[in-house]
This record gives sequence, structure tokens and C-alpha cells, in this order.
Amino acid sequence: MLEIRDIAKTYPTAQGPLAVLRGVSLDLAGGTSLALTGESGSGKSTLLHLAAGLEKADSGHIAIDGAPVTGLDDAGRARLRRETVGIVFQQFNLIPSLDVGRNLAFQARLAGRADPDWQAVLAERLGLAPLLARYPEQLSGGQQQRVAIGRALAARPRLILADEPTGNLDEATGDAVLDLLLALVAESGAALLMVTHSARLAARLDARAHLHAGRIGAEPVA
Amino acid sequence: MTAALAQALASYWRRHPLELATLLVGLMVATALWSGVQALNAEARRSYAEAAGLVSGGARIVAADGQRLPLSDYVALRRAGLRVSPVLEGEWRAGDVDLHLVGVEPMTLPRGAAPIGEEAAALPAFVLPPGRAFAAPATIARLAGRPGLPELVASGQVPEGTLLLDIGRAAGLLGLPDRVSYLLAPAGTGVPPAFADRLTVAEGPADDLARLTDSFHLNLTAFGFLSFLVGLIIVYAAIGLAFERRRPMLRTLRALGVPARGLALALLAEILALALLGGAAGMAGGYLMAAALLPDVAASLNGLYGAHVPGRLALDPAWWLAGLGIATFGALAAAGDSLWRAFHLGPLAAARPEAWLGALRRRLVWQAGAAVLLCALALALLLLGGSLLAGFALMGALLLGAALLLPGLLALVLAALGRRAKGPVAHWLFADGRQRLGGLSLALMALLLALGVNVGVGTMVSSFRATFLGWLDQRLGAEIYLSAPDGAAAEVIGAALATTPGVTAALPIGAARSRFAGAPLEIYAFTDDPLYREGWPLLAALDRPWDRVAAGDAVMVNEQMARRAGLAPGDALAIPTATGAWETRVAGVYSDYGNPEAQVLAPVAQVRARWPELELRRLAVRADPASVPALLADLRGREGVDVTDRAGLRASAERVFEKTFAVTLALNTLTLIVAGIALLTGLLTLAEQRLGQLAPLWALGLTRRRLAAIELGQAVALAGLTALAALPLGLAVAWVLTEVINPRAFGWRLPLLLFPLDWARLFLFALATGALAALWPALRLARAAPADLIRRFSDER
Repeated sequence: MLEIRDIAKTYPTAQGPLAVLRGVSLDLAGGTSLALTGESGSGKSTLLHLAAGLEKADSGHIAIDGAPVTGLDDAGRARLRRETVGIVFQQFNLIPSLDVGRNLAFQARLAGRADPDWQAVLAERLGLAPLLARYPEQLSGGQQQRVAIGRALAARPRLILADEPTGNLDEATGDAVLDLLLALVAESGAALLMVTHSARLAARLDARAHLHAGRIGAEPVA
Repeated sequence: MTAALAQALASYWRRHPLELATLLVGLMVATALWSGVQALNAEARRSYAEAAGLVSGGARIVAADGQRLPLSDYVALRRAGLRVSPVLEGEWRAGDVDLHLVGVEPMTLPRGAAPIGEEAAALPAFVLPPGRAFAAPATIARLAGRPGLPELVASGQVPEGTLLLDIGRAAGLLGLPDRVSYLLAPAGTGVPPAFADRLTVAEGPADDLARLTDSFHLNLTAFGFLSFLVGLIIVYAAIGLAFERRRPMLRTLRALGVPARGLALALLAEILALALLGGAAGMAGGYLMAAALLPDVAASLNGLYGAHVPGRLALDPAWWLAGLGIATFGALAAAGDSLWRAFHLGPLAAARPEAWLGALRRRLVWQAGAAVLLCALALALLLLGGSLLAGFALMGALLLGAALLLPGLLALVLAALGRRAKGPVAHWLFADGRQRLGGLSLALMALLLALGVNVGVGTMVSSFRATFLGWLDQRLGAEIYLSAPDGAAAEVIGAALATTPGVTAALPIGAARSRFAGAPLEIYAFTDDPLYREGWPLLAALDRPWDRVAAGDAVMVNEQMARRAGLAPGDALAIPTATGAWETRVAGVYSDYGNPEAQVLAPVAQVRARWPELELRRLAVRADPASVPALLADLRGREGVDVTDRAGLRASAERVFEKTFAVTLALNTLTLIVAGIALLTGLLTLAEQRLGQLAPLWALGLTRRRLAAIELGQAVALAGLTALAALPLGLAVAWVLTEVINPRAFGWRLPLLLFPLDWARLFLFALATGALAALWPALRLARAAPADLIRRFSDER
């Protein structure tokens, strides 16, 4: 489903070029989940951003369902984010001017795949049904992250990319949110690539990959 | 602690130079426009004061008919024991330099009444030929090498363009050997009964000038104040934004032990330092602006009131202090809200900026409440106020009320449009537009004020222009107007013209001077003719008004006089004349645009009966248009005859008109530019924040180019909606100007005409302003690196 081959990414910095990814490869099959772990600055988020088409790799190859992501122009990558992937950010990134109902439906409507029944199911499962008329600023962190997950799933994407989705939540709320995410991903048949710091949370996914100094390496001993 | 606190506060401005620039630009333009206008007013008032102060002290005895009085009256009053001193004033030309001559009689002049020196030894040189004249150094420089002048002595107390000299020498130069303009008398002097029919104690001419020009200066001040307010809106927005952004830092400072009072004092010191910096730069800008506008102001004052204002600025320390004072006051007023909040900021206060939804709702509610109160105040002022100041207060309440109402109105319109929107982006666009009102409402309010005033003043000026030119075409009924050196010469020319082929009439015109209700009055003596009966537009009249006037039963009065004295057709009035009071009636009221003085229109015979010495020096010549060129050539060949044809007069009146409104239109444009700057700085300061708001949309699949286009379109739409709201406001402003302020300030009322093309032009200007203001943020967004957008997720949320 997701195929990443020999990806490299370097950022210019005041101290000179900083190689964040140095030839990373991994595969993710449809309907499975993979936890990407690693210390701060190891390149986890960068790899996720490259897979989402948020950034372009310097070299290497990424494909989703066989369609190449690397080499797409700005508009092509925007279409990919709109129609193929669903992204869940650590900071929620909801649209503050839209109410919960509209936030939930936003990406599905962008993709032209709005499905009110599925959205109603999501709202119900995520416990958002009574909150649809509220605005993001009127929600708790856990509620906001549930809206973000619902938004990512509403368009029934083939691939869910989650960047530390529970990083801003307390442990109990984080666990509850992850339960929901995993259950809904399984129901929807999508693949999930999740970046996390937590070995405990990573253990709950189907597979794990550990990034160290820009390369996939052995998992640290817990 | 103080140094650490200062360092922490200053670090914000170092990291956000654009916001610092915005704040300083706001302070600068507010101070520049206000102090520039004050410099213009101060310069003009200084000129009036200099003119008034040149010969001062005690009372002035003048002729009741407003003319110069005979020297024999002076002699008679001296013999009657009155300690009066004669002064002769007049205009004289030395080569190509126009001069105002003030002749005084040093032997009888009260001590210190005029700056001619106190030493007795200097007296002979002042009086004996060739005589001595005091003048401003600049005047002496301009007169260098001119023959026929007395010895010139520099004096800082004499206004530019004026010569102060002996009355005998002045009478010789002016050709008025037995005339006196007025007599200086000790304060409290009354006119003896034997002279009461023709002499009166008057206010000084400078008082007349000051009274007449007061409305002009009030107009300028009102404009300066409006621009000041618009500038302060920029300052308020910049300070408010800085406070919101620094809230986490301020809270941390409180948590680290900085007392609330210390924090508020540090912020106060910071705003004072910025006010002095921006204010000083604004003063320099104000000086440049005033220097650029002064020639137009001088031309306006000369065209409107005949006041002489030199075309250079002389600024005193008080102006600088007042300018810095107003900059400080403005900055403190704009910062008051933020300072208050800083003072009440607890160490555990929420670090995040205030939630937009609740804040917007709260603000809209109190703004709507304040707007309703202001509208009620405006209505009360309209119904109950009668003064010019009340008129300006009404205008202020109307403008401020409308500005406060704007964000609520825009929020309602955007909500309504959002409900009808199709598609997720359109939904977001309108919802986001509402959210942005929180940050942009002040800039949009500034734009509304500038556009509203622009529509209002533009409509008033255009209405005035159209009405004035139409009125001028009616009033200038004769083909040729001429002025002869004296009445006898005019009579000879009139007789010759009566037998000239192609001439249908040569109508003598004269003018006498008097005073009415404490102000100067001109009595315009005319010869009955269809020229007047058909051409002079009457605003109100009795039945057969011209027949009544021709029969000597009544007179016509101009609108200014009717309005000031509360006269209507049929009312009785008594006009002081050279031969006693003239008891008559008002037959009609005519419009007389551009004339600041009261005027009465009466037949030549009636005027001559009251002023036997009246000279009819002018002629209105009606002629067959084909014979006009030959007639003009013939008349221009006569010595001492000043000839103007209708086209020339119309062109000259039009020139005076354009000059008169040049300053108003220049200030109008400047205010609009300041509003444009307000919108630009508003969008620029929010651009950083904006990138963070738009990044999630980009992540969800909208391209940067599309987002940039949306950003641009949204700013254009907000500016367009504001411009639409400005149209009714502008028409209300125009109505207040024409129906309330103009009649009270100038004494005439104008019909309100509509100029939709001007509105369309202004609407396009508003759209262009919105587009221009959003261009840089939009370009920045279109070119933003993905890494930068990604960084926003963690920075801004």
C-alpha cells in the first residue's frame, strides 16, 4: 500500500546542511498499522510529511497503491492529501472558524466524498454527536483530537498518517483516543502509519520501525 | 529588575520589527496630519493677529456706511475734545509687488499703539520727506531697487506685505488726501450725538476676518482630527496585537515576581518612548505637509475672505510641544485598554490569546450598544443643537456610530452569505471572514470613515461646483463687465455705448458699504433690467418682488444675510446709511455663493438717495454676441478701464473655486491614504498569524496558490463590503455638510446632487486598496516553503 525506498532529506541550517533522513525504506500493507518510533530529531515527522506529500524528498521513491508520490508537483501533492491520505496532527489543527460538524465533514467535502451517514457514525463513535454545533475553542484537548481523527477518517482515505496523535493528551485520554483510532482504522480498512515517542503505544500497533540518526535501525531495548 | 524587564519587553519589538514599524507609522501619520493642520491654522491666525496688532489699543471709530470717513470729521472730533488719532489703510502697488499701506499720525497716536519707535529723535525722519516706512525684512528684500518708496526700516512686528508709514505719505501714495479709514480712540470712547448719524464705534476689521475665517479653520481642524483618529486606529490595533502576542510573556513575568504595578509602569514607559519617537517623526512630516499645503490654504483664504497669509511657515516651540503632547495623549488613549489589562493580568491567567468567538461576540455587543447611543446623540444634536460646533459634534457622533456598527454589520452579512454558500471552501471562507473581523475590524472601520468622509465631502464639493457654476451662468447675464477709474468716466463710456451698434444696454453698477448686525454689509446698487429679473435666482420672495424693489418699497437680501439675521421675505429691516437709518423691507432672498459677506440689492436711485457720494464706476454691458469681440477690443483700448468678458469672469471664478477646495480635497485624499495604510498594516501584522491559520488547509489539500487567491479575494471582498457600507454613510455626511454645517459656517445652503460615477471610482479604489494591502501576505503565502508551513503547526497552535 505504502512503499518507501531509499528516501533522503537534508535541510539547510545556519551550521550547514543537516541530513535528517539518509536512505530510509519501509513498506506498509493495506489494513495494517505501523508505529514509527525514534528520539527527537531522528526524522520521524519528516518521513511522515514526505509520505503525505507535505514536503518533497531529495532522493528516493515513495508510492501509495503503486502511484508515485515523489515527482508530483504542488497541485498533484495537494490532490494526494485531499483524496488519498488522512492526516492527524499532534496539535489537532482544526479550523477555528468552523464548528465541529463542519470540521468533521471538511476534508470529505474537499475530496468530493461527503457521506453524511458515515459522518454520523463517526460522530457517534467518537462521542462528538452532542458537540457538533460547538467551535474548536469550546472543546477540551481530547475532544479536539477526536474531531481531528474523525476529519481524517470521514473521507475514507486509503492511508492514515498520524503524527503523535496523543502527544498532547494525558495518558488516560490518549489511550482512549488511540483505541478509537485503531478501531476505526480497522473498520475502514485503511493503513495506518503513526509516529510516536511511546514504546507502550507503539506496542499496540501491528508493526514497529525505529528511526535513529536518519536511518531505520534496531528497536531500542524497552 | 528594571533592566531585565526592559530587555524582555524590548526583545519582542526586536523579533517583530514590522509591528514596531506599524505602531510608529500609525503614530507618525496621526501626529503628522493633526500637527500639519494645526501649523496651517496657527500660521493663518498669526497673520490675522499681526494685521490686527499692528495698530491696536482702545476703540475704533468708523463711518457707519463702511466707507472711509472725511478728514474733516477727524478735525471736528479733535475740536470736540476727543483724543482720536487717524489711520489710513489701502492697497498700493510698487512695480509688481502688492502692498498693504497703513498710515498713522505719530503726533496723536497713543503710545505703543503701532511699532514706529519710541524715540522722539526718530520722529522727523518718519514724517519729513522722503519719509520712513517700517516693513518685514522679507518685504524689504522684495522691494529692493523699487523707486518712489520711502526709506525702509526692518521691523519684526510688521506683517509681510505691509508698509507702516506716516499718514501724509500714505495718503499721497494712495491718492486719498482727505480720507481716513478709521480713528483710534481711548477705550470706552463714545461717538458724540452730532456724529451719531454717520459715525459708529466698531469692532476691528481683524475681528471680522477672524469671525469669517473661523469656519474655514474649524473645517480644517475637523479634517485634521478625523485623520488623527484614523491614525490612532492603526496605533490601537498595533498595541492591541502586541499585547495579545506578549500575553504569555507578560504572564510569565508576573509568575516570576514582577508586580502588576511594575509591569504596567514598564509598559507605560515603553509606550511613552514610542510616542515620543513616532511623534517627533510625525512632527517633521506635519511640517512638510503644512509647507506643501500652505500655498493652497493662502489662496483659499485670499479667494474666500481676502485675507493675506504669507506663503511660508514660521513655527514656534508651542507648536512642537503641542504636537508631541497630542502624540503622547493619542498613544496613551490607544494603549489605555492594553495597559489596564496588563495591570489586571494575574500570574495564572491564560497564556493563550483570548478565544476569538467569545471575544468577537462580546465586542460586537458593546460596539452595537455604543453605536446606538451615538446615533441617539447625533439625533439629539440634529434636533436641538444650533451652533456650528454642534454640527461638527453631530458629524463626529454619526461617523463614530457608523464605524462601531460596521463589524457587527459585516458579521451579519458574512453569516448570511455563509448560510447560502455551497461547498466546504466557500463555507470556510465566510466563517473565516467572520473570524478575521476580530483582527481587521479596526482597519476596516478606518477605511469606512475615510471612504464615508470622501463620499460626503466629494458629494458636497461636486454639488457645490455644479450649483455654483449653474448659478454663475445665471448671474453673469451680461456679455461684458467693465470698471472705470471713476463714476464720471463710467458715465461717459455708458453714454458712448448706448449709441454703439450691437449694444442692447449698458447698466451702471455701484456699491456702498455699511454694517448690519455687527458685520460688514455691501449695498449693491443695480439698474432695473431683465438681466436681474430673469437671471438672479431667488430662493424665496414676495409676490412681484422685482416690481417692489424697483419701486423703492423693498430690497433683496442675499441668503447669508437672511440666514444670519433670520430675515424672510416681508420682514422689515433698518440699514445704517450715510444719511441715517434706511427703513425698508425684504422683497426676496437670492443665493450668493462664495460671498462671505452680507449683501443688499437695491436700485441705483434708492442707494444714491442714502449715499449721495455713491459712484457708479462699473457697467454691465449687454450686447449682441457677434459684436462682443470688437467691443472688447475697443473698451480695452481705453485708459484705466478694466474689462472682463463673461467667459473670463467665469474662468476666474472657477479658478477661485478650485483653489478654495484644493486643501479640502488634498486632506480628503490624505485621509484615504492613511486608511489604506491602516488596512495594509493590519493585514501585514496579522500575516504571521495568518500563515498558521491557513497551514492546516494547505495540509488538507488546498494548494498554496489557491489559498493565496482566497486570501486576496477575501481582503478585496471585505474592503468592497466596507465600501458599500460607506456609501449610505457618505450620503449622510454629505447631507449633514450641506444642510447643517454649510448653512451654519458659510451662510448658504446647497442642493444635494448625486454623482454615482464618483462612487464607482471610490468603490474601485476600495477594492484596489484591499487587493494592494493583501498582495504581500498573499504572495508570501503563495511562495511559502512547505517546511515553513509545517513549522506553523507546532508554532501557532
